Amino acid sequence: MSALVFLEGADELSLQALTLGESLGDVRAVRFDGPYAPAAWAKAIVDAAGDADIIGPGSDRGNEVLAHVAAQLDLPFAANVTEVRGNDVTRIRWGGTLQEEARIHSERKLLTAAPFAFAPSSSPLQAEVLSPSLDGSVTVVDQVAPDSGGKVSLADAKVVVSGGRGVGSSEGFAILEELAELLDGAVGCSRVVTSAGWRPHADQVGQTGTKVSPDLYIACGISGATQHIAGCKGAKKLLAINADREATIFAHADYAVVGDLHEILPAITAELRKARAV
Amino acid sequence: MKRVPITGGKMVLTPDEQAIETKHLGFTISPHEECGVEEAVRIVESQGGEVVVLTLGPPEAEEQLRECMALGADRAIHLVSGEEWDAQATASALVDAIRGEEPFDLIVLGNESADAGNYQVGIRVAYALGLPVVTGLKGLTVADGRARCEQEVATGRDVYDVALPAVITVKEGLNLPRYPSVPAKLRANRKPVDARPVERPAPKLEKLRLVVPEGSRKQAEILGEGAAAAPRVVEVMQQLGVA
Ligand SMILES: Cc1cc2nc3c(=O)[nH]c(=O)nc-3n(C[C@@H](O)[C@H](O)[C@H](O)COP(=O)(O)OP(=O)(O)OC[C@H]3O[C@@H](n4cnc5c(N)ncnc54)[C@H](O)[C@@H]3O)c2cc1C
Ligand SMILES: Cc1cc2nc3c(=O)[nH]c(=O)nc-3n(C[C@H](O)[C@H](O)[C@H](O)COP(=O)(O)OP(=O)(O)OC[C@H]3O[C@@H](n4cnc5c(N)ncnc54)[C@H](O)[C@@H]3O)c2cc1C
Repeated sequence: MSALVFLEGADELSLQALTLGESLGDVRAVRFDGPYAPAAWAKAIVDAAGDADIIGPGSDRGNEVLAHVAAQLDLPFAANVTEVRGNDVTRIRWGGTLQEEARIHSERKLLTAAPFAFAPSSSPLQAEVLSPSLDGSVTVVDQVAPDSGGKVSLADAKVVVSGGRGVGSSEGFAILEELAELLDGAVGCSRVVTSAGWRPHADQVGQTGTKVSPDLYIACGISGATQHIAGCKGAKKLLAINADREATIFAHADYAVVGDLHEILPAITAELRKARAV
Repeated sequence: MKRVPITGGKMVLTPDEQAIETKHLGFTISPHEECGVEEAVRIVESQGGEVVVLTLGPPEAEEQLRECMALGADRAIHLVSGEEWDAQATASALVDAIRGEEPFDLIVLGNESADAGNYQVGIRVAYALGLPVVTGLKGLTVADGRARCEQEVATGRDVYDVALPAVITVKEGLNLPRYPSVPAKLRANRKPVDARPVERPAPKLEKLRLVVPEGSRKQAEILGEGAAAAPRVVEVMQQLGVA
């Protein structure tokens, strides 16, 4: 048995994919230089693989390149796999809140490794660089820098102060902004908030928003729907502030404050200022 | 467009572990796709043309097709099947229906469906039709027979430029979908839905069962009630080294 592993780079997710590959047989690792061109990269991988299994990282690009490979070979592709047992796999669905056991009806396996399901490989990395033919294929032609307005980005913030329906309005976010600024953090929100137009989608945390992993996530007036938790379960600690002591969010929280966020947040901000003034 | 359940706070499975228990749940359009429909409607509103929505799903999925038509789609094609299809079979059923609609300029899908998250139906559709595909769009400009596509990446946005016809897959955040007005909903009820029964082929990626991962249910430490909790909160922040 042999497996060809597509590495995006020497990043964590790629090294985890390498571990999955190593568990399947002899591994050959490949990577690419030059502009991202998913169809052309997939073609080069297919040509290099012979009849080996093909594995990639469960990142946006890993899943995309593997889907191209699958379409070119007309084979099934199991995305975001956490375990492999012969032809059966366990994979994640609903952004990780549900798992699925599935059987692959094919001699060859095309898989991506779900983020953090495997330990990163410690073997010395010797990835072969493939040179795809870019002839007429779709490729990146330009890049636009992010427009963060000089603020800490949600994905990188050490503290995220996040608001849900309980904040009540776009103006209601002023007290979250103030606390976030004081903590050098970023403001996040739930989907109810973006759908109402109170905040831009770039601020949304969750399955269809940004996945965050701060040291502290402060969920204010957020009920704790699975799709929201999918985006903040990477936080080291979660503080929930909610008026309803039965709210689901408390089952995911390390710290809880029960009550009206409109009173609690200004009190925290004032207390912080006081503590710093000493 | 795919119909998916609104699961709320907890995942509960049916006794046979084949699906999420949906008896008490509402359903919705998968979020990425709602933005896809909105985008298609905006393009047609400004440049003319027609928006057709297509789903493969149970009879009840007509509800979501009507929601799409309330957003502004002109008509719908409903491939009716009560079973779950794997990604390969889904793509080929969609392609058969799309071939009957030629010529078209743009096929819009979600980047990944909310429930299954296979990340592949759009790409498979593109290959079957022999068209270019760009995925995960957060920005789109269609002009002069070309599409300028912006894909979000860690370092900002990567830009692709493709000739039409093309296949694109989009992500939530591409736009803010409108709230349909009451007249729009009434109009949607009168728009045509072409329902066609379809047979599911044997799956190549076969679902055996679903599993709810062991909950990391925590026992939260209660720091207090109301504003009186503030001093304890600040203490905790100091302990965590974030204050
Ligand atoms: C027997 C059986 C076994 C199955 N086994 C598996 C399995 O092992 N693993 C698994 O993940 N799923 C499995 N499924 C579920 C599977 O049916 C998915 O719904 C299907 O693969 C589509 O994949 P997706 O929704 O994840 O597509 P994605 O590739 O994530 O979806 C991308 C986009 O494609 C479009 N799209 C997807 N489905 C439809 C649709 N029905 N109608 C219109 N547009 C659509 C949407 O625009 C969507 O945003 C199984 C189903 C059956 C019946
Ligand atoms: C396919 C799919 C994908 C989704 N993706 C996402 C996603 O990426 N991100 C996301 O967030 N959601 C997502 N959702 C939506 C999700 O299911 C929930 O609807 C949403 O997260 C709920 O937002 P919320 O907690 O702000 O609102 P609610 O559920 O209405 O909760 C409001 C909370 O605020 C509390 N509250 C009210 N007033 C106060 C007050 N004054 N002080 C303190 N507390 C107060 C209430 O007790 C309640 O708990 C998705 C849904 C689907 C179906």
